[in-house]
This record gives sequence, structure tokens and C-alpha cells, in this order.
Amino acid sequence: MSERLASPSKGHIEVRNFSLSYDSIEGPVQAVTDTQIHVKPGEFVSIVGPSGCGKSTLLNAVAGFLKPTTGIVTVDGDRVGGPSAERGMVFQQYSLFPWKTVRENVEFGLKMRGMPRSQRERAARTLLGLAGLEAFEKHYPEKLSGGMKQRVGIVRALATGPKVLLLDEPFGALDAQTRVIMQQILTNMWQRLKISVLFVTHDIDEAIFLSDRVYCMTARPGSIKAEIPIPLERPRQQSMMMSSEFLALRRGLMSLIREESLKAMGGEISDMGMQGLNIELQGHSLADVI
Amino acid sequence: MPAAIAEAGPVPAVTPPATPPSFGTLALRWYRLNQDRLRATAIGIISLLAFLLVWHLLTTYRVVFFVRFTNVPSPLAVYASFTKAIHDPKFLLHIVLSCRRIFIGFSLAAIVGVPLGLIMGRFKLVHEIIFPVAEVLRPIPAIAWVPMAIMLWPTNEQSIVFITFLGSFFPILVNTLHGMSLVDPVLVRAAQCLGARERSIFREVYFPASLPHIFTGLTVGMGVAWVSLIAAEMISGQYGIGYFTWEAYSLVQYPDIALGMIAIGVLGLGSSVLIRGAGHLVMPWRPT
Repeated sequence: MSERLASPSKGHIEVRNFSLSYDSIEGPVQAVTDTQIHVKPGEFVSIVGPSGCGKSTLLNAVAGFLKPTTGIVTVDGDRVGGPSAERGMVFQQYSLFPWKTVRENVEFGLKMRGMPRSQRERAARTLLGLAGLEAFEKHYPEKLSGGMKQRVGIVRALATGPKVLLLDEPFGALDAQTRVIMQQILTNMWQRLKISVLFVTHDIDEAIFLSDRVYCMTARPGSIKAEIPIPLERPRQQSMMMSSEFLALRRGLMSLIREESLKAMGGEISDMGMQGLNIELQGHSLADVI
Repeated sequence: MPAAIAEAGPVPAVTPPATPPSFGTLALRWYRLNQDRLRATAIGIISLLAFLLVWHLLTTYRVVFFVRFTNVPSPLAVYASFTKAIHDPKFLLHIVLSCRRIFIGFSLAAIVGVPLGLIMGRFKLVHEIIFPVAEVLRPIPAIAWVPMAIMLWPTNEQSIVFITFLGSFFPILVNTLHGMSLVDPVLVRAAQCLGARERSIFREVYFPASLPHIFTGLTVGMGVAWVSLIAAEMISGQYGIGYFTWEAYSLVQYPDIALGMIAIGVLGLGSSVLIRGAGHLVMPWRPT
């Protein structure tokens, strides 16, 4: 199964001259502007940025749910025109079909492709086995914990052998411990399948720990503020998060985002509010020391 | 997959005790687990018995206190007329005919209402065309349709079925529409990026996602179907349990009035139990 899924030479995402605006009563509102990003085949790339910067908008455009106002999104040279099974997606809200069992959820993409029942059942079992979920194949999603749900979500997105995997804050709703385990699982699957990944998160540690490269976005209207390569060696270990290399990257990204967050909020809050915010931000940077 | 997966994997099952528990232990455990339900059942039975007792006392002593129980039949009299009625083919025919009308009227309402609701929920134009008409017709009680129904349909039977249909149609339509409007768009998007096309999305996402509301509509619709049927039968029928009840009044057979009422209640309850059962069968993912 994993041999067939592996497509190391495929999955080149390119976003060029991208901007996206939507209409409102006051005229067009620019959500993302003048953005170029790319993901090489088999690369793991994250997008971080202050909330509301348009990182999810960008991801949804790559998925094909939103059309760029200007610019172009291509995968392996083909223009993205709409959602397709070529680009698997994992959502923060799990988005499992509650009326389908775990296995039926994983089978869904294969069913849509017209694979006969017995064959797709076997394929789904294999994949669930890889994710350590075979014991839960007959359960309905409601019975599962958040971490398990999201594992099913990832397995489901990978089942059709997509060229790229898009993840929209997939671990945002999970507790810290589960989150760490899920990051490990995702890394393992990614290394096995050699699939290109575009990962949106607001968690800087997560982005550094997982990625080959991180894009940092500006406040709205979003554009790429910086592109940071993550030279940490693989396989990555939890212990690396304490290394000076990691912490340096973290500090750099943190200050980039802080700048943008302040810019994003600056328009909305008074000086008094800003002071309150500074205290909070210092609390954040305390973590740097630890 | 390496250790990380195992960490997040299933919690190991509790090791079973070495010896199987005795019958007594099992019975005690079962009792503890079902304590609440047993209690509710016991209180329910007591409450029903108390109702019968109060009814019995009120009618035996022919209480007149604002409400007059002078002519109200006692439970024993009703029971006597019940034992007579179940051997009376005419009474059974009343029941069978009412059930048939409900079955036809309600089934038609479901067959038309559910697909129409699904289509209206999916295609804006259909919604824009049909919704205003439905909104105008919906507040008209089915009983108000009786004269019109008699004019519209050649036979009495058809007009009664039509009224039953109307009564259940609107709750079914409105609830199906409501269900469609609540379908989580993330699920639709998830299906799309797994390669699902319009028709599959309709079948695999919109329909199952709306099912809980469809069944709410069917349950409400069934209730209104009985209300409408009984009213129609009382006004224009020749047979049926509603007609039976009204006829009992005209013929001064008071116990039969209560018998008819109880029969209607039992039939209504039975049909809603059937729908609930069907709902559990169709939606196994829903907690019972």
C-alpha cells in the first residue's frame, strides 16, 4: 500500500502573484495580497502568522475551495480549478462523517473513485493498522477522543494517495500532550509516504518541529513576511526542542509574529490596552528562558 | 509504526476476573446499572393506576364540581365495551380503515415531503419558487381544508386521505429543509477533497446529515396526521375511529366515546413508536 502511495517526484505546489479579496458593502476587502509560495515534492512546509492574516484562506485556495482574485495556484504544473482527491485535506474540526464508522470514513475516497467494496475494505484496514486504529474500525467517530479522530482524519486524507496533504490547524483543538504525539505520528507518516505537506498553524513550536521550511505571514492583508528554512536534522526528537538551534529559530519567528500581531491589533486597541498586551507578551517570552 | 503510535493507541482492556461472577452478583450489578430505568417504570405504572383510580372514583360518585362527571363512563364500563368491541368486526373495521388512511396519507406526505425538502435545500431556485407557496399554505389547519377537500376529490375516502396527507406534509417538509440548512459545510468540503461529486455529496453527506431532522419531521408529521384524520372522520367520514367516537356520542353510547378516545391514543402512540424504531434502525450512529 505505502509503495503505491509514495510519489516522491510529485506534489510540487506553486502559488504565484496570488491575491484574494472579497466584496463587502464598503468595497473589496483584501484578505491576501501579493503572495508567492511553493512546496517542493516531498517537502514539509508550514505557514504561520497572526490570527486573521489569511493563512487559512491561502490554504483553502490551494485546496480549490477559493478562487484567487489574481495569480495562479498550480500543482505539478496543473492549475487548481476546484477541490479534488489529488489534494488531501485535514481540518481543525476533524470533519469525520458521524454516520460512517471509522473504516467507512477511511474508505470514502476510495469509494468515490469506484473501488470495489472488498478491495477498499482491505485498503482501509491496512491504513488503519498503520495508524494503530484497527481496533476502532467499527466505531462511530463520536466515540473517539480528539486525537483519535484526527488520526482518522489524516488516514482518510491519505487513503486516496494524494499528491499533497493540506492541513489547516489540525491539532489546534487538542491538548498539549496529544498534540505532541500527533506531531510525531504525522512526521512518521510523512517520512514514509514522501508526500508534500502544506501545514497551517499558529503554533510556532509546532511549525519549527515539523517543517523543512516555514513561511511567516504579515497581518491582514496577508502576504509573506519571511521565509525561514529549518535546518534541524531528521528524524527530529522531542529533545531537540531544547536545543539552542531550535530556540534561536523560535526566537526569530516569535519576534516576527509579535510584530505582526501588534500591527494587527494596534488598530483596534487603545494605549491602555497595548500596555496590558505587553505584559501578556512578556509572559510569552518567559517560555523562551525555560 | 513506532512507539509513538502505541502511546496514543487504545487503552488496554481491563483484565477480566479469573472466575465468572455468580448469578447473584450479576443480578445485583444489572439492578444497579438499570436502577433509574426501573424506578421510572415503577413510578409510571403507579401513576397510571392512580389515574384509573381517580377516574373510577369521579365517575362512581358522579362528581359535579364545575365539570360534570354525571354521564362520564367509568373505567369498568369502558372495559366492558372494549371486550365487546374487540369481537365486533365493525369496530375492527373502523380501526383498520383509520390505519389505512394514516398509512396512505402519511406515506405520501413522506414520499413527497422528504425529497422535496432535500431538493429545496440544495437548489436555491427551487427553494425560491416553492417556499413562498408553502409558507402561505402551511398555517392553514388541515381541518380548515375539509370543505375544500370534499369539493376537490370525488370520494369521501380520498378527501380524508388528502387531509391526513396535508396535516403531515408540512412538518415533514419544514423539518427536512431545516436539516438541510444545518448541514456542516466542513463535511461537504471534506467530501469534495476526497473526490466526491455533486450526486455523491447529496447521497453521502446532505441526506445522512439531514436524517435526524427528517425523523423529527416524521414524528411530528405522524402526530398531526392523526389529529387531522380524526377531525376529518368526525366531519365527513362514514368509517374510522374518529367517526366511531362521534357516532357513539350521537347514539348516546357513552362508554364507546372513551373507548374511541383511548383507541386513538394507543394508535397514535404505536405509530410514533414505530417511527422512532425506524429512526434507530436507519441511524445506528445516533445514541439511543
